Amino acid sequence: MATRTQFENSSDIGVFAKLTNAYCLTGLSSSSNFHSVFEAELADVIPIIHTTIAGTRIVGRLTAGNRHGLLVPSTTTDQELQHLRNALPPAVAIQRVEERLSALGNVIVCNDYVALVHPDIDRETEEIIADTLKVEVFRQTVANNVLVGSYCALSNQGGLVHPKTPRAELDELSSLLQVPLVAGTVNRGSEVIGAGVVVNDWCAFAGLDTTATEISVIEATFRLQGQTSAAVINEMRDSLIDHYA
Amino acid sequence: MVAVTYEPSQADQESYILCADCGTVIPSSNGAGLCVGCLRNSVDITEGIPKEATLNFCRGCERFLSPPQSWVYAQPESRELLALCLKKISRPLMKVRLIDASFIWTEPHSRRVKIKVTIQKEVMANTVLQQTFVLTLVVHTGQCPSCTKLAAKNTWKATVQVRQKVTHKRTFFWLEQLILKHNAHKDTTTINEKRDGLDFFYSERNNAIKMVEFLAGVVPVRTKSSEQLISSDKKSNTANYKFTYSVEIVPICKDDLVCVPQSLARSWGNISPLTICSRVGNSIHLLDPMTLQQTDVTAPIYWRQPFDSLATQSDLVEFVVLDIEPSGPQRGKYMLADAQVTRANTGGKHDDDEGMGDDGIYHTRTHLGALLQPGDTVLGYHLTNANFNSEEFESLDSGRIPDVVLVKKTYPNRRKKARPRNWKLRSIAKEAEDPSNDPTTVGRGALGRRGGVDQKNVERDYELFLRDLEEDKDMRGAINLYKSSGVVPEGEDVKMATSTPGSGLHGGKRRVKKATAPTDEDHSMEVEEDVVVSDGGADGDNESEEDFPEIELDELLEHFEEMDMQDGEDGEEA
Repeated sequence: MATRTQFENSSDIGVFAKLTNAYCLTGLSSSSNFHSVFEAELADVIPIIHTTIAGTRIVGRLTAGNRHGLLVPSTTTDQELQHLRNALPPAVAIQRVEERLSALGNVIVCNDYVALVHPDIDRETEEIIADTLKVEVFRQTVANNVLVGSYCALSNQGGLVHPKTPRAELDELSSLLQVPLVAGTVNRGSEVIGAGVVVNDWCAFAGLDTTATEISVIEATFRLQGQTSAAVINEMRDSLIDHYA
Repeated sequence: MVAVTYEPSQADQESYILCADCGTVIPSSNGAGLCVGCLRNSVDITEGIPKEATLNFCRGCERFLSPPQSWVYAQPESRELLALCLKKISRPLMKVRLIDASFIWTEPHSRRVKIKVTIQKEVMANTVLQQTFVLTLVVHTGQCPSCTKLAAKNTWKATVQVRQKVTHKRTFFWLEQLILKHNAHKDTTTINEKRDGLDFFYSERNNAIKMVEFLAGVVPVRTKSSEQLISSDKKSNTANYKFTYSVEIVPICKDDLVCVPQSLARSWGNISPLTICSRVGNSIHLLDPMTLQQTDVTAPIYWRQPFDSLATQSDLVEFVVLDIEPSGPQRGKYMLADAQVTRANTGGKHDDDEGMGDDGIYHTRTHLGALLQPGDTVLGYHLTNANFNSEEFESLDSGRIPDVVLVKKTYPNRRKKARPRNWKLRSIAKEAEDPSNDPTTVGRGALGRRGGVDQKNVERDYELFLRDLEEDKDMRGAINLYKSSGVVPEGEDVKMATSTPGSGLHGGKRRVKKATAPTDEDHSMEVEEDVVVSDGGADGDNESEEDFPEIELDELLEHFEEMDMQDGEDGEEA
């Protein structure tokens, strides 16, 4: 299911929230509307953590993570780190990264198996990403943009990338990520996908400006529609058979 | 190791997305994420540009207002009108790119001007949208300030009344040319002709003062100012006045014979009381032709004790120089000489016309010694048979009064040939006065030249004025002459002038050719026939007038119609 929401009159909800399969971070806002939308969808499944990073609300852009771990920039305060540690499930590792490109959400995009990163990122950071998030790391660009986190949204089911990504690059990226990729827009024609949509394996949140067409593209890409339990089991069986065959 | 270059095919460089609004597949290269239709639906690039505006149009002069305050002529569907209309929306148009604008035809009396405007604007990064819209302009009719000024009768605040109490108009013809040359009339709202002069009207007092000062600079005048209270506001201590400046020009003109009172003559260097006025600048120059003594009478001195001219240019008669003998003294262009002259229009008769017992040959002393040659024709005052009603003249010693006072050389043979003038003068088109306003007004048009009560006299004066200009180089230098494009035969003017017999300025020959020309006096008829006889004998002397001061072509100005090209050198009558 994809839900439309906005953060204090802004449709760029990816800036203010981080969604993974194991947890969700939301920025501190003056009203609890934004938080409540996430709570309504996810409260009984994963923890939803109200937090700031380095005193700011733009938690989505400053952090990167998946169900294995969470990376926060070096500017994160000890208090925030403590709060996150307390709120996150024990299986999720949390790691502070000393990286010049401190907006980790903009330079890293990942699902639970692979990550695309900014081509100029530190070798040490690359190792930390691989260790903490337990992913394969690829230095890549999306449609000639180095900020892969801004122009890409990724889950284990699929990925939405910058609308101007050529077909060839789309094929190349999807062979790296091993998920189907679609070029598209959010927020009524906006090409900053990472800022317009947050997604995990079973639900997605998009900015309030997102049109019905875009929602349908998102749902198709991330396979959020018609996922009955039978279909899921069938798929699991297929993959198990695939695995043990 | 082999380097493999991977070149994706052109088709692979394309990418397609779904339009965010309608879901159709579009190439993502347009940057907006929307198909053209949806983009056009979602953004209106004409937003903020008014679709309706007004055009101000003056009914009187059929001009359009070009903001802020100029008025321009513009034909319907012309370039100028299009520019004017687009100027109305120029500010909002700054934010977009104007691609095209054209008129949509409308009925002229619908008072609507419609323009199809095509604009382009960058709506998002790299997305330029083009749109066409119709701008409707409503033509509001009204009056421009200059038409208002013309239409309103009583808008003047100051007036300058210029008067000269003489029988002819030549001074005003001269003044008109001076005013034109110096562009002194540019602030004038109206010019009316009145008896003995002109009225200039102004919307501002200082313009009137400027005019008065200009007049005082070029002619000897006496000025009187008066004001009339229109309204006053005692609270704010302001008052609204109408100002009237009465400017009276000294009634003495060039070539007039003047007899000044004995006492004045004594005080002016003991000049002879009987003088001629040699020139009028901003003072009068009196010249004693017997001694070449000159005196300069400024306007204040004149008005302290005014005097009249004894005889004016219309009293001049033609003489033929029989003999001339320079007698020495010279002063400027004047040279004293003894001359023998005889009346020109008595022809071969040496009888005494007037019964005075002389032989018709007069001996006199003249200042024109440098100019005259035996056989020349000269204009002068014939005092022997003149009858002046003047106390000063009576008081002169009759023995010392000359028979003849010669004034200026003339060129009658020149006038015989019907030669068109190759030059012309400009004219301030004076408003015809509304006769219903004031029954005392005379004359209409430019100094009565366009018809009216004394049109004949005015026509004659104008012709004489033109001749004066032709014969006097200094006079021409002070004003602007223009090349005449269509040459007008002079015959018209001459015919006009022949109706005033006795002025003695015209050769008789052409009058006989026009035997039907109206002449009311038998006497003058006789005289003219005589002239024909004498002309027949002296036909060869056309060449004798080669000293005629021809108007050189380089004295003439082009661009007769152009109004504002001359305000250069300062020239008063030299």
